[in-house]
Formats: sequence, structure tokens, C-alpha cells
Amino acid sequence: MNAVSHKKIILDGLWQNNPGLIQLLGLCPLLAVSATVVNALGLGLATMTTLVLSNMIISAIRPVVSDEIRLPVFMIVIASAVTAIEILMNAYFHELYLVLGIFIPLIVTNCVIIGRAEAFASKNTIGISALDGLMMGLGFTLVLLALGGMREILGQGTLMANAELMFGPRAEWLTIQVLPEYRGFLLALLPPGAFIGLGLLIAIKNIIDKQLSSQSTLPVTREVATTA
Amino acid sequence: MRLRTLSSPHLHLNHSVGEVMQKLIIALIPGACALVWFFGVGIIINCVIAIMVAMLTEAVCLLLRQRSITTSLSDGSVLVTAMLLGLALPPTSPWWMTAIGTAFAVLFGKHLYGGLGSNPFNPAMLGYVLLLISFPREMTAWLPPRELASVSLTQFDMAKGIFTGDFGFALDAITSATPLDSYRIQSSLELPETEIYQRSEFGRFGGYGWEWVNFGFLFGGLWLIHQRIIGWQIPFSLLGTLAICSLIANVVEPKLYLDVLTHLFSGATMIAAFFIATDPVTASTTVKGRLIYGASIGLLIFIIRTWGGYPDAVAFAVLLLNMAVPMIDHYTQPRVFGSSREIDE
Repeated sequence: MNAVSHKKIILDGLWQNNPGLIQLLGLCPLLAVSATVVNALGLGLATMTTLVLSNMIISAIRPVVSDEIRLPVFMIVIASAVTAIEILMNAYFHELYLVLGIFIPLIVTNCVIIGRAEAFASKNTIGISALDGLMMGLGFTLVLLALGGMREILGQGTLMANAELMFGPRAEWLTIQVLPEYRGFLLALLPPGAFIGLGLLIAIKNIIDKQLSSQSTLPVTREVATTA
Repeated sequence: MRLRTLSSPHLHLNHSVGEVMQKLIIALIPGACALVWFFGVGIIINCVIAIMVAMLTEAVCLLLRQRSITTSLSDGSVLVTAMLLGLALPPTSPWWMTAIGTAFAVLFGKHLYGGLGSNPFNPAMLGYVLLLISFPREMTAWLPPRELASVSLTQFDMAKGIFTGDFGFALDAITSATPLDSYRIQSSLELPETEIYQRSEFGRFGGYGWEWVNFGFLFGGLWLIHQRIIGWQIPFSLLGTLAICSLIANVVEPKLYLDVLTHLFSGATMIAAFFIATDPVTASTTVKGRLIYGASIGLLIFIIRTWGGYPDAVAFAVLLLNMAVPMIDHYTQPRVFGSSREIDE
């Protein structure tokens, strides 16, 4: 088995193979729950925990699971992990649980999770699979947060509204009124805002990549030009 | 030697984009004048703001895309987009709303798709829908036509209100239901239809004031057909379908459904049929396809006006059909001259 470097896993999850911006997996929750930062953070953390848990379990049982029945087994593992997280959220973050609603049980169907199980965890050791789950989940959460921040500022002029849902009543100070007396821009909170916002995020990422690659290839092209 | 390759259609009238757009703007004038006469100077201010913002956005986009600014700006296509949006907005729209709608129309509706000729959606209608779903209160505030207003808003107050938000009155107190809104509300109260048509919003055969606006756009549109700027297929099928649907509904249950002439001569019917649906970039390109396209828009306008919750139906109907255009074009390709059957894909 070829060893995968830790640095590559971290870079892949956060940037080069980001589930939200490059693989475009799990778009349904990404678009539906990113209207505010708190919702985005809640769903992102739940997804990340599921990814780490399912990746670790699947990696641990991979020697005993035969190829023919691997997908049903993966699904059962993922569903169990999600159910556990759902019950925990219901107990400790009840308000947030009510806001996120159906999207928590729907994490089961998030393609990122089965995708990582199949493509990574079923072929790698426990430790490295956990790191992959953590980084993919973090990448997904960061995209959710960026989109949630964009939509919340544009849509209602605040950041971290309803922070008490997540961190308890003492965290109300976290809510920032970015634009005072803002009249709201409904489109950003509605589904079209999510699609347009994600499109813009992907465009920004492509611009950055282009800049980076042009910087790194510049000496090479110059060399080619002089030899030619 | 340079051989130029031209894409179809190979036989075409020798109209440049600039000439087409110039004639479109001339044809908009009669309807626009009627709108200004009945609804005040706000319409002109909307158009001016829209044109300025559109030119500016277009120039910035072209700069970013490293295209020639002068050739694209001088063809006037962005002017038509701005005019259509400016005429569609209520006369009391705040200036920032017009600016947001226009900038969105040009940037997201046109340039993100690759500029003139590549946009799948009608930019003006995209800007309108953005504003309608984002600012429903401002977008549904139509003033009553002059002479019907209980409190008259002077032209100066209207201009001041657009820029400062202060009209001298609460805006809700001076706006009123448009004829299309009014019929929906009144018929839900189960009033007899003869009584509803007696209300002051209704004129001789359409909405009061709105009938002249629609006449203006009808006149301009017929001139465009005469000048061969637009084909007859889309306006004809759109108005025909709308008329047939409303006629059937009105004959069956006159109490619930608006009559044919009010449908044709209220709201945005005529400007939609001749100016919005006929946009050469976003409409179907085949003859048969144009008939289907126009008829479907007419049907959707009838459906949304009758059972929907929005003041008018044109923008949604046009955008939905814009989406269907690639499919319509695919299934209505004409037979290639000389071949006996339709060509295989």
C-alpha cells in the first residue's frame, strides 16, 4: 500500500480537492443550510464529526469486509454514526437541532461521506483515514462558513446571528450587526442566493489557482522562450 | 488571402446591431410617453438611472474582460436592456433599487454568460425578478394613474422621493391596486363582474391609463414588424394564446376570470409581446419554435395572472421559456433544403 503523505491529505481536503468547491459533493445541505453562519457552522461540525467517525470505523473493519458487500456495510456504519450525532445534538443543542431539522439525518446521504469511505478509508490505515475525514470535513465546513457569512451579511446585515443556539445564552455578544439599519436583501437568503454565492466562491478559487500557477510556471515559460 | 467563415443564417437583412437597437428604442417611445403621462416623471428618472448604471457596468465589465469598450457600448444593446427595465419598474422605485437591478442585469444576466449574444436569459427580466423577490414591497407600489389619484403627488415631490425616500406622504397611502390586482381581489370577494368593471381602475376596455400605454407599445411593435426588426410569430402567438385562454375562461365563468380585452390592454402585455419576448438573443430561433415559444409565454402569463400572487406575470413567463429555448430549437429544426427527411441528429 502506497503511503500517502500527511501534507497532501491536508492540502487535498482544504484546497486542491475541496468537497464543496472541487468535488461539488454534498451540495444539497451546502446550499440549503448556509443562510446564516450559525446554521452553517452547526451542519459543518456535524458533517465533520460524521466523516471522522465513519472513516475510522470503516478503516478499522476493512480487513473483514468482503468487496461484494462493502457498500451496504459502509452505509450502515455511516447511518449509525449520523444517528448517534443526531441524538447528541437533540440533547445538547436542541434549538439548533430544530433549526437544522431534516438536514441532520440527511447527512447520511451526503455524498462526501460515502465518497471518502469508498475512495480513501477502505484502502488506508485508521490514523490516516481519521486525518482525511477531519480535513475533508474541515474543507466542507470552511466553504459552508464562507457561503453562510456572505449570505448572512448581504441578506440581513449581521454575522453570527442566533449564536446562542450554538454556544448558549452567554454567547449572545458574538452576534455582530455588520450593517446598521440594513433593510435586508431577500435574494441572498433565498435559494438563488446560495447558487449564485457558491458560483462566485468557485470562481474566486479558480482565479486564485490561476494566479498561483502562473506565478509558479513563470520561470519555466521564460526558460522555454529563451531556448526556443 | 483570408477566407471568412460565416455561420448561418446566410441570407439576412443588412441590419447592424446598432441600427436594430436604435429602432427598438424609437419604437418604445409612444408607450413610454403614455407611461410618463399617466404615472409621472418617475418613469423618466428610472430610465435615466438605469441607462447610466447600465453603461457604467457594461464599461467596467468590458474593461475587466479586456474587450473594446467603444464598439460594444455604441451598439446600444445595453441601452435597450436599461430602457426595458426602467419602464418596467414602478414610478416610485428608490434610486438604489433601480441601480441594483440594472447592475445585476448587465453583470450577472449578460457578461457572466459571455456578453451580448451568449446570454440564455433576458437580462432586463432577470434584473426585474431579482428586485421583485428581494424588495416585494417597493416593487408592488404602483401609483394610480393621474386623475384617479386622491392625493396628487407633484412631479417635484416624486423626483425628490426617489432620491431621498421622502415623498411627503407615506407611500402606502397614495399607491393603489393595479387593474390586474384589483380584479383578483374583487372577484375573490364574489362581487358581480359588472360591478367590478365599474371601478375607477378600469377604463373603456382595459385598465384605466394602462390601455393607452399598451396602445403605445402595440403601435411601436407593429412598426417594428413593418421595419422587419422583429418577426410576427412571437407577438402573434403570444397575444393569440392569451386571448384564446382568457376568452374561454371568461365565457365559462365571467365572475372569476378577467375578460379578453382587459387581459390584452392591462399590465405589461404589449411590451412583453413586442419588445421583451422577441429579444433575438434569448428567444427561439426557428419559425416553428417561435410560435411555440410565444404561445407558451402567453399561456403562462394567463396562468400566473389568474392563479399566481404577483402583480404581473411577464417576467416569470419569459424567464421560464428562456430556459426551454434550447429544447424548443432542438425539436423544431427546419428540413434542410433538398433533403427528403428531417436530418438525423
